[in-house]
Amino acid sequence: MKYIDGFRDPDAARYLKREIGALAKRLAAAERTVRLMEVCGSHTMAIARYGIRQVLPENVRLLSGPGCPVCVTDAAYIDAAIALAEQGHTIATFGDMLKVPGSGRTLADARSVGGRVKVCYSPMDAIGEAEENPSREVIFLAIGFETTIPPVTAVVKAANAKGLSNISFLTAFKLVPPALEALTTDPEVKVDGFICPAHVSAIIGSDAYVPFVEKHEVPCVIAGFEPLDILMGIKGLLEQLLSGEPELVNQYSRVVKKEGNKAALALMDAHLEPADASWRGIGTIPSSGLKLRPQLRRYDAAEKFGVRLEGGTPDSRCRCGDVLKGKLLPPECPLFGKACNTLRPVGPCMVSAEGSCAAYYKYSR
Amino acid sequence: MCLAVPMKIVELKNDSAGVCELDGTRYDVDLSLIETPSLQEYVIVHAGFAIEKLDEAEASARLELFEGMAQAYREDETGPAGEGE
Ligand code: SF4
Repeated sequence: MKYIDGFRDPDAARYLKREIGALAKRLAAAERTVRLMEVCGSHTMAIARYGIRQVLPENVRLLSGPGCPVCVTDAAYIDAAIALAEQGHTIATFGDMLKVPGSGRTLADARSVGGRVKVCYSPMDAIGEAEENPSREVIFLAIGFETTIPPVTAVVKAANAKGLSNISFLTAFKLVPPALEALTTDPEVKVDGFICPAHVSAIIGSDAYVPFVEKHEVPCVIAGFEPLDILMGIKGLLEQLLSGEPELVNQYSRVVKKEGNKAALALMDAHLEPADASWRGIGTIPSSGLKLRPQLRRYDAAEKFGVRLEGGTPDSRCRCGDVLKGKLLPPECPLFGKACNTLRPVGPCMVSAEGSCAAYYKYSR
Repeated sequence: MCLAVPMKIVELKNDSAGVCELDGTRYDVDLSLIETPSLQEYVIVHAGFAIEKLDEAEASARLELFEGMAQAYREDETGPAGEGE
């Protein structure tokens, strides 16, 4: 597939490595160490997989951000999903959610004692499940960023069009721009530039970041997920840091348009409205989430079953919050690779393939 | 869970469903988020949904840029002055 392999050419990567080295030398001459954050979990995974961190000069550091939707899902949310499974409902979910510990147990644990948990490749699978089992409620775990929100919303629309009454959605959607805003204004977080997510941006469009870049004067590059895309993104950020003129650069113009995907945005707007969202390890960020509009509340599992998403108590030894803010690298967590590993994850960052801890663990040994 | 890959549309079933292909494997894909999907076009597929088209002209321009870089690197490595990295 030329649109994948062409973006992995090793000689072009060596060329970019050399360019990045030259830019970093100029920054080093000014005694500058730069901290760049890749916000998206798919970038984290690609960076680990292709060993990009290892080819960067010492004064260019890459930090992973809060861009894995599984990792930022609250323990209270997992607890609620387990409780709903125990009440006899079918939980329909993307597979990554199975092993995420809530306040102790996981959905996989609930399933092993008879809970009904259906793993979906597409959220549309939940509709089939509901139609085949009309006497049983199917609750879809509606998590995800802007990339995943439109597909899930399309399922809400389909359920509504079919008039299904045995399907509902436990929503914990999250939005990337408010998270960037929260990170940038957190005095403990030091980031000199952001590698913005590729497919979130495909939905929201490159213009969505412009107010952020202008307000905080921080360089941002939208980059694809192939190694050359990421190296180009890093090069672009270093150039901006040297010129002192921060801007938003869209390096993924083969997919991301200025205005984003209008059909997807219209679908979201028709069905969803802004809501505060709680990010695991980070806390509540105002208006950083979306929930179903009032006319669709009958599809809101929290309303339908009186679920309160509060008070989860995740394992206090887990440092995912610090990892997601770029304050700690996964190997610096005392549990990393010991008590916490991909077979027995203590925190969500070790569960999802896109979690920082899992990416480090898988590729750094 | 955010994995999304480019695939080619090889069959249109109705205005919101089709079949896409990646490396010889065919997948049913929901095309409702794509305005005017057409055969042979590339789309980015995530969780069974095409979420955006892939602009082939933009992609080719990028690939050319990277080819140029690869070539420049090789020439520097084996060039007449013999001064590589
Ligand atoms: S290594 Fe495990 S315990 Fe430590 S921060 Fe990562 S997920 Fe949490």
